[in-house]
Amino acid sequence: MSDSKDFVAVVDSDARKTPRRIAFITKRTSPQVHVKDEDRVMTYPEVLFRAAVAIEVMTAALVIVALLWDAPLEGLADPMHTPNPAKAPWYFLGLQEMLHYFPPVVAGVLVPGLVVMALIVIPYFKINVEAEGLWLRDKARRLRIFGIVVVLFCIFLTVFDVWVALVPTLIVAGFMLLAAQTDFQTAQGFRKWLVRKPLSFWVMTWFLFELVVLTAIGTFFRGPGWSWVLPWRA
Amino acid sequence: MANGVDNLDDQVRENRIWRSIFRSGSGGSNLRRALFVQQNVFLHLFSIKARKRVLEFSVTWYLGALTFGTFLILVITGILLMLYYHPSVPQAYADMKDLQYVVSSGVFLRNLHRWSAHAMVFLVFAHMFKVFYRGAYRTPREFNWVIGVVLLLVTLLLSYTGYLLPWDQLAYWAVTVGSNIASAVPVIGAKVRFLMLGGTAVNANALLRFYVLHCVILPLTAVLFIAVHFWRIRKDGGIYPGESAAVESVSKVGSK
Repeated sequence: MSDSKDFVAVVDSDARKTPRRIAFITKRTSPQVHVKDEDRVMTYPEVLFRAAVAIEVMTAALVIVALLWDAPLEGLADPMHTPNPAKAPWYFLGLQEMLHYFPPVVAGVLVPGLVVMALIVIPYFKINVEAEGLWLRDKARRLRIFGIVVVLFCIFLTVFDVWVALVPTLIVAGFMLLAAQTDFQTAQGFRKWLVRKPLSFWVMTWFLFELVVLTAIGTFFRGPGWSWVLPWRA
Repeated sequence: MANGVDNLDDQVRENRIWRSIFRSGSGGSNLRRALFVQQNVFLHLFSIKARKRVLEFSVTWYLGALTFGTFLILVITGILLMLYYHPSVPQAYADMKDLQYVVSSGVFLRNLHRWSAHAMVFLVFAHMFKVFYRGAYRTPREFNWVIGVVLLLVTLLLSYTGYLLPWDQLAYWAVTVGSNIASAVPVIGAKVRFLMLGGTAVNANALLRFYVLHCVILPLTAVLFIAVHFWRIRKDGGIYPGESAAVESVSKVGSK
C-alpha cells in the first residue's frame, strides 16, 4: 500500500478561518475496527466428530429401514410385456408427469435443460444476489409485470390442461399478492416474513412446490395408462 | 487410570513408526489438533478452524455431511454387492435371487444400498434448497454452487444407472422410459440413445454400459467433484455463517 494521501489535511486552530472539522476515513483506517473476531473452534475434533455422529445416526436409521423393508424386485426383465404404467425412478416422475401433457422434446429435453441451466447461473445474476423484498421498490411497475407473466403462464397451463401445475402456481402467486398488500412498516409475524422476500425466493419456492407436487402425483396418483388413481383405493 | 491411557496415547503418537505414517506429533494442544487436519491428505481439504456458529444444527442441518455419509455407505455396500454380481443377461437377475436366497445378509446388503441411494438423492436436493434459502451461493461461493449442481446431476445419473442393474421388470421399463426421453433430443436424439444403450433397445449392451458407468466412471467423477466441493468450502471462507456475519467478513477482507 502506498503512503500517498488522497486528501490534504490542514491543521488550523483558528475556528473562524477553518470552522469545520472533517474526519477522513481512508481505506487504511476502517470504521469497523471494533468488529470482534468470531468465536472459532478446531475442526478436529469439534467439526469432524459432530459430522461423524450425524453420519452414524443416519446410518443407524438406514440400517433399521433396510432391516424392516425389502427393496423391490419384480420378475425377470421381459421386453415383450410392458407393465402398465411403466414408471421411471421417483425423482424423474415429475418429468414423466409433464410428458403426459407436453411433447417429449419440451417435457423431456427443453424443461430439464432449462432447469439445469437456471440452477447453474443462479449465483451469477444480480437478481439472485439481491436480498431486498420484491415489493419494497417500484411496486406498481413490478405488479404489472407480475400480473402479465402470471396470467399468460396460467392461460398456457390451462390450454394444455396442466391443472396439477396450475394449482401450485396460483397458490404461490396468491402469497406473492399477499406480500404485495402487506405494509412493510406495520406488518407482523408471517406477513412481515413474507414481505421481506426477494424475487429469487419466490421463483425458487414456486419451483420447489411444483417439483414436490408433480413428483408426488407421478408417484402416488398415477395408474394404468397414466390415469388418475387414488393411492388409498388401489 | 485416565492418566495411564493418556500416557499410552502419547507414547503411541510419539512412536517413530506412528510419526512416519501420520506425521502429526503428540501433545493435547491446539497445535496437535491443527496438525491432525493440516497434515492429513484427506482432512487438509478442510480448514483447521471453523466458526463456532456454523456448528449449530439450524445452520446446515448437517445435510452436506449426511449426503457424504450416504455416499460412503453406497461405496461400501456397492463394492460388496459387486462381489456377487455379473453384468450379463440373464445372470444379473439370477444374482439378485442369489442375494435373496444364497448370500449371507444378501437381502440386507441390497436393501441398505437401495434405501441409501434414495436417501442420497433426497439429501442432495434438500442440501441444494437449504443452501439456496440461506443465500450461501453468493459471492465468493458462486462456483462451489456450480460444482454442487454438477454433483446433483452425477448423483441422479448414479441412481439412474444403478436402477437398471437388477434386470427385473421395474429396472428394464424405468430405463426404457428414460432412454425414450433421450431420443426426443432434436437432430441427435437417436444417436444419443444409441450411444447410451449400445444399441437400439435396452439389452445386454446397455446393462454392461450402465454397469461400467455406475461402478467406475460416475463414482470416480463423484469423488473428484466432492473433493473440489469440500476444498472450495475452505477456500471460499468456510461454511456460510449467515446474513449478519457477512457484513463483518466483508469489512475484514477489506481491511487486510
